[in-house]
Amino acid sequence: MARTHITAVVNGDETEFLAEDGTSLLNALRDEVGLTGAKEGCGTGDCGACSVMIDEKVTTSCLVFAPEVEGATILTVEGLADSGELHPLQQCFLEGAALQCGICTPGFLIAAKALLDKNPDPTETEIRYALAGNLCRCTGYDKIVRAVQEAAREMRGQ
Amino acid sequence: MKYIAPSSVEEATSLLSTSPSAQVFAGATDVVPQLRAGRSAPEVLVDLKKIEELVSMAKDDDKWTVGAATPTANLTEDEAFSGEFPGLSEAAGLIGSDQIQNRSSLGGNLCNGSPAADSVPAMVVNGARAVIAGPNGTRVLDVAEVVTGPGQTSLEADEFIVEFEIDRMPARSGDAYLRMIPRTEMDIAVVGAGARVTLAEDGSIEEAVVALGAVAPTVVRVPDAEAALVGNTADDETLSAVAEAASGVCNPIDDKRGTVAYRKQVAGVLAKRAVLIAIERAEQRNGSK
Amino acid sequence: MAITEENPGYKWVGTRPIRPDGLEKVTGKAQFGADLMLPGMLFGKVVRSPHAHARIVSIDTTAAEAMVGVKAVITGSDFPDLAANGAHASDIDVANNAIAREKVLYEGHVVAAVAATTREQAEAAAKAVEVTYEILPHVLTVDEAMAEGAPLLHEGMITKGVDPAPEEPSNVASKILHERGDLEQGFGEADVVVEREFTTKPVHQGYIEPHAAVADANTDGRAHIWCSSQGHFQMRAYSATVLGVSPGTLKVTAAEIGGGFGGKTVIYLEPLAVRLSQRAGRPVKLVMDRDEVFRATGPTSGTRIRVKMGVSNDGKITAAEVWMAYEAGAYSGSPVGAAGMTAIACYDIPNFVVEGYDVVCNKPRVAAYRAPGAPMAAFAVESVLDDLARDIGMDPIDIRLANAAVEGTQASYGPKFPRIGFVETLEAIKDHPNYTADLGPNQGRGVAAGFWFNAGMMSSATVHINENGTATVVTGSPDIGGSRQSMALMAAEELGIPYESIKAVVADTETVGFNDVTGGSRVTLATGAAVVDACRLIVEDLRARAAKTWDVEVDQVEWVDGQAQHVDGSQPPLSLSDLAAKSGRTGGPISANASLNSRGVGAGFSTQLCDVEVDPETGVTRVVRYLTAQDAGRAISPDYVEGQMQGGVVQGIGWALNEEYIHDQDGVMENPSFLDYRIPVASDLPMIDCAIVEVPNPAHPYGVRGVGEVGIVPPMAAVGNAINDAIDVRMTDLPMSPVRILEALTEQRD
Repeated sequence: MARTHITAVVNGDETEFLAEDGTSLLNALRDEVGLTGAKEGCGTGDCGACSVMIDEKVTTSCLVFAPEVEGATILTVEGLADSGELHPLQQCFLEGAALQCGICTPGFLIAAKALLDKNPDPTETEIRYALAGNLCRCTGYDKIVRAVQEAAREMRGQ
Repeated sequence: MKYIAPSSVEEATSLLSTSPSAQVFAGATDVVPQLRAGRSAPEVLVDLKKIEELVSMAKDDDKWTVGAATPTANLTEDEAFSGEFPGLSEAAGLIGSDQIQNRSSLGGNLCNGSPAADSVPAMVVNGARAVIAGPNGTRVLDVAEVVTGPGQTSLEADEFIVEFEIDRMPARSGDAYLRMIPRTEMDIAVVGAGARVTLAEDGSIEEAVVALGAVAPTVVRVPDAEAALVGNTADDETLSAVAEAASGVCNPIDDKRGTVAYRKQVAGVLAKRAVLIAIERAEQRNGSK
Repeated sequence: MAITEENPGYKWVGTRPIRPDGLEKVTGKAQFGADLMLPGMLFGKVVRSPHAHARIVSIDTTAAEAMVGVKAVITGSDFPDLAANGAHASDIDVANNAIAREKVLYEGHVVAAVAATTREQAEAAAKAVEVTYEILPHVLTVDEAMAEGAPLLHEGMITKGVDPAPEEPSNVASKILHERGDLEQGFGEADVVVEREFTTKPVHQGYIEPHAAVADANTDGRAHIWCSSQGHFQMRAYSATVLGVSPGTLKVTAAEIGGGFGGKTVIYLEPLAVRLSQRAGRPVKLVMDRDEVFRATGPTSGTRIRVKMGVSNDGKITAAEVWMAYEAGAYSGSPVGAAGMTAIACYDIPNFVVEGYDVVCNKPRVAAYRAPGAPMAAFAVESVLDDLARDIGMDPIDIRLANAAVEGTQASYGPKFPRIGFVETLEAIKDHPNYTADLGPNQGRGVAAGFWFNAGMMSSATVHINENGTATVVTGSPDIGGSRQSMALMAAEELGIPYESIKAVVADTETVGFNDVTGGSRVTLATGAAVVDACRLIVEDLRARAAKTWDVEVDQVEWVDGQAQHVDGSQPPLSLSDLAAKSGRTGGPISANASLNSRGVGAGFSTQLCDVEVDPETGVTRVVRYLTAQDAGRAISPDYVEGQMQGGVVQGIGWALNEEYIHDQDGVMENPSFLDYRIPVASDLPMIDCAIVEVPNPAHPYGVRGVGEVGIVPPMAAVGNAINDAIDVRMTDLPMSPVRILEALTEQRD
């Protein structure tokens, strides 16, 4: 089957790739663009490991058809650090030991960024609900929630 | 599978008329899992999000108009809408995670045909109407009439919902939606209950609508509960009657998510609680729209 | 944090630096199982049985082979028939579980696999493989499998451990028995006896990363496998067995592993990927979908357990009788053995009988899951103990203190305990403010304890000193939760150089000596001990080199703070970087290997305190407060010790409240997704408070016991005991779902 040519801005770079129309954005990013930071944990939108931002909205890239992002702006975990400087969330996850195996980490970082973009001073409960679409089986979420709290504090300049 | 994103309602309807095996979608949050599970295999995927009317929200003096493909996150983030219809806004906000919220829509939630769709009881109690486009123009249908059974709608294959019309919330009125899930998030409702009440000047209940999800093949109204409420206040006796009526109207199944007995019992509990919240909200809306 | 032993002046051990592999994991660079792409790589797809129990009549692959892009199709007949070759029974089971030969024994059992140029082609080809089955009657639970006249999974299975051996085959693979004292006398001495029966459902490890393997086979029989596993040496051994080749022909590289919890100690895809690659002459990637993970990889056992215990009015347990049957899934090997050994191991009980059965049934073969076997047994025993404490009006911690195993106690499973820290975990709970925090309406509080052996087993490590005096620590233990950090911390302590100067890596099967699986909470203990041994060899070597440089006897040289010092200070110290820079003049590169079979295992105990709130009208239970106290021996890396403790607890909360395998009447799994297999989400939980107890393991250089497993043993009983406290209903069946709780409440009211 002929594949569709797609152009999108991925992590700041205009990027062209080919994908079959029924292919998920996740598989297109991983197989065609070579960005394997977003992971497939379920393929049905239940685990959040494939979270990316499309036009500044967080979503599960496994539920997006690749051609939908024609002309869109996409941010994956690979684009979170700025010129080699880690995003405060990345730094706080490292310092707060907010990851064990690390498979869910890219999705959590993107979802947490989406939260802090909207709400720079979330309560613990708000953080927990905002991250409810991201499953982690290693940490019990405790250190993840604390890392997001810490990053929020830093980003607010406190 | 071929992906097509029409930019107008006309383009979309003519596409559907000529593509017998087409699947329309907005957020695809139900469509993709169904494709993956092999439960459907359309030849054409029709993305409705590029049609302007379908992704929009507007209000006039009489009604709100919400595009059928509008992400539910837009509803919950719209303070005017959420302030006026907190129950519907909360119901829409229960559809999956934040990630899903940026994709899921009222149109998709309804047309997927799940008896457990969270936004549907909340739309039904608010008397929402679906504006349906087809090859011969548009028609308007009560949301309660759209779904005919699990996964089944009354829409023709070449029809789709353009937008929903919801009359403005009258004074002294409030809505609420509650669902029971085993976790706090990310589950399908085992029972859902929507309620809307309008209070008379004296504080008694003038109008009431109660609707339940996940307890029958489609969302069901609870006329006996509504009748029990009208003319009364939410005293224990009335609430017991509401609960009993809600349990009685259930026609649920035993499945992996719950049992018949559980659903009946909890339907009564949630109906009662939803009514109480709706009344509390109605008491706070004593004047302007 | 409750630290019972003072840190004896460690500089690095016990600190919380950033983990060595962290940066890659927060930037998306880390390569997990499914991330590798090779030139010319094909995508594979596995064909699975839709039936729970069936004879394979025929498999027709011709249509699949003829499809566009398809490069290889394999079935069971593409692998050696181990049974015909007289192989060991356990190897035959491994092979038959990897790909079925004559019968499929569970829904999801592999029958064939394909490789094609694209994912879509592979999926289409997998659907085109035509398998004809003769459906057989199936058994799904221990009750069905042990029933008179039950259909047999394995026609020749004679129960082991029964004397005389039964003449008739059955689905019971083996029986275990532990006994001591006189049961009748013990119950006679009791003032209160409680007997209850419990059931639990199979639950899955639920790692977020599905299984994945890439294989690249050469024409000379060698092959390279990249896979995410808890032990690439084990993957090599199992794959070699299934493929019928020498282990040395296979090279296995450990990808980063996205969670395992025991479930990635076994093979599924690896030999299939190798065979497909051999047939196609191209590299092949196989990745499971989530539903395949649920349907076909190891959950842990569903069980039925009966417990009868008696206590005297002073709280002494006088007797315990435990009967347990554990589902093994399709092939023998449930963790009932460990269950029998751990069930009452927390307590010193004079009279007991513990009897257990390993029972096969038509579900996926169980795999290890965090303290395998112990959590279900603890759910039963700790629930009954809670009832006994209530009946005699005793505090739940006090009754456990009254019976706690201590140093010198003869463990229920045989040996005498050396120094252990159970009592200290009980005291840590009692001393914590959570123990006396106020409870609201419909809230309740529960206590439970747990035991796990921890494991030792075989490990190897190599330490290289780089030319600038930094070090590389090489092990073969996949890092599943921060072990590279604990290796680097111990090496820093031994070598006396900064943690940041050490790089800890996990090497492939050809680059480092043999390592057993990352499992049994053994890596920090055993692989850590190998790292310590290798570092000590390095230090000896460095002292010798300094002695040579100074022309003194080696006993005149001490290694202090990362430098060689003359005992009388007569020489200017030589730092590690000085010695490294001049290594060419003192004997060449500085490097050491150490290998060991650890005998220094230290048992682990955990006591936990749970507060819940139950909605009496809907049966919904929320955990509102949680505290876990665990004896780590020594917390080398406290961040990741807490992580293990919190993670184990939360898995246990999921097991307690919502997680279960649901099968329909045909034996087809109904909830193979994260939507309906409900693992806890962030909003379900409070913070998980940790009290790390440190009672050093005398047999380890740093006192390590291992921390990965025991944390999952107490939660189900802790939650159940809290529910009982809240609503006065004893839940005996897991999960304690809203449906079950409301049923129980309704019964109580009626």
